[in-house]
Amino acid sequence: MSFWEYANPKKFLTTTEKAMPFLWVTSGVLLVTGLVWGFFFTPDDYRQGSTVKIIYLHVPAALMAINIWFMMLVTSLVWIVRRHHVSALAARAAAPIGVVMTVIALVTGAIWGQPMWGTWWEWDPRLTSFLVLFLFYLGYMALWEAIDNPDTAADLTAILCLVGSVFAVLSRYAVNFWNQGLHQGASIMRAGAVTGTDTEEKVSNIFFAPLMVCIVGFVLLFIALVFYRTGTEIRARRIKALLVRERVEGAG
Amino acid sequence: MIALLMRDLKLALRAGGGFGLGLAFFLIVTVLVPFSVGPQSALLGKIAPGVLWLGALLACLLSLDRLLALDWEDGSLDLLATAPLPLESTVTIKALAHWLTTGLPLVLAAPVLGVLLNLPGPGYLWLVVSLLLGTPALSVIGTFGAALTVGLKRGGLLLSLLVLPLYVPTLIFGAEVARRGAEGFAVQMPLLMLAGISAASIALLPFASAAVLRVNLR
Repeated sequence: MSFWEYANPKKFLTTTEKAMPFLWVTSGVLLVTGLVWGFFFTPDDYRQGSTVKIIYLHVPAALMAINIWFMMLVTSLVWIVRRHHVSALAARAAAPIGVVMTVIALVTGAIWGQPMWGTWWEWDPRLTSFLVLFLFYLGYMALWEAIDNPDTAADLTAILCLVGSVFAVLSRYAVNFWNQGLHQGASIMRAGAVTGTDTEEKVSNIFFAPLMVCIVGFVLLFIALVFYRTGTEIRARRIKALLVRERVEGAG
Repeated sequence: MIALLMRDLKLALRAGGGFGLGLAFFLIVTVLVPFSVGPQSALLGKIAPGVLWLGALLACLLSLDRLLALDWEDGSLDLLATAPLPLESTVTIKALAHWLTTGLPLVLAAPVLGVLLNLPGPGYLWLVVSLLLGTPALSVIGTFGAALTVGLKRGGLLLSLLVLPLYVPTLIFGAEVARRGAEGFAVQMPLLMLAGISAASIALLPFASAAVLRVNLR
């Protein structure tokens, strides 16, 4: 029994269908627990007030936005190397979720930044690299949509994902460098630490435990969504194949 | 290889394609900037490196969709793909031709336009050096984007969307070299990064472009 058996669409569908109810329920329970716990049962931060609570959406979404791209990179590699269609479809299914996560991270960040930094947007390295990531997601999805032949589309997007990953990492460092060039030394951005790492370290357990619950909930939700969307893609492709066959048989 | 390069150059020159278009666009952008931000020469001198880099980048972007699409339409791309020359070399030559007809004129025109924008004295050298190092990367990355979208009817918009994030690092380091040069700071670090990006792009991206073209020609 090898991992690659799941590359068979039928096997993939039956297995994921069994796992699905468990995933939905667990992620739902974890998210509700984490968010309710975070929003109502943790004290306000002494410095940030109640705005600190946006961390429960912002941090998991930001983590997912990066990791989803990484997952797409892995599945794209699998598609290029082993030509398993499920892999390419999973990458396709993950991209819109990734873009939503990126938007959540950017929007919640802006909402938090307005009272904290006094601005909705700042050309801070992290914010900027997320904007670049957002553009990468958009380009990736647009390329999928633009090409009719599914295999061609899978090949092209896979290569774009590989090249894009290299440039995404490069942009991250470039942007870091560029901002240092602009304001040297201390700035509120660096002191505030966008991911809230300093909150985690200073205030630790009170905020940290519900945050972890939220992160796990987000991960499970993502897995469930990817399984669901990949299943939909597989079925859509089957319907297309059936329709084509019907038409051919009807004509002949 | 040389025959292909000469053919592309001749086509570009005689059809008056990318050659004039990119330069004209560059000229328009830099000439219009003082009208839109006002004639304070101190301010203009400060933003000149960034404006010149941005203008060069957009001018490059403008001519990308003709890079492979023309050959695709008249079928010569299929012939080139079946020719004994590896597709990787073909793509590299295409990028080189694009650079010679678009990038190099931009590099040569940049100092002249720098005068219009009141670029500070030491900036000229670094502006030319950074453009000379950076524009090849722009051409090679653009060729990759053009190869991705070559089969599409209206690939222009998609091409810009795909290439835009890929251009970010080059633009950052290139403009940084020019800016630091103009302000008299040390430029070694961004200069090395820019050269690194260019060298790596030129060495590696033709393989990706060729792979993409093979898929598209399948």
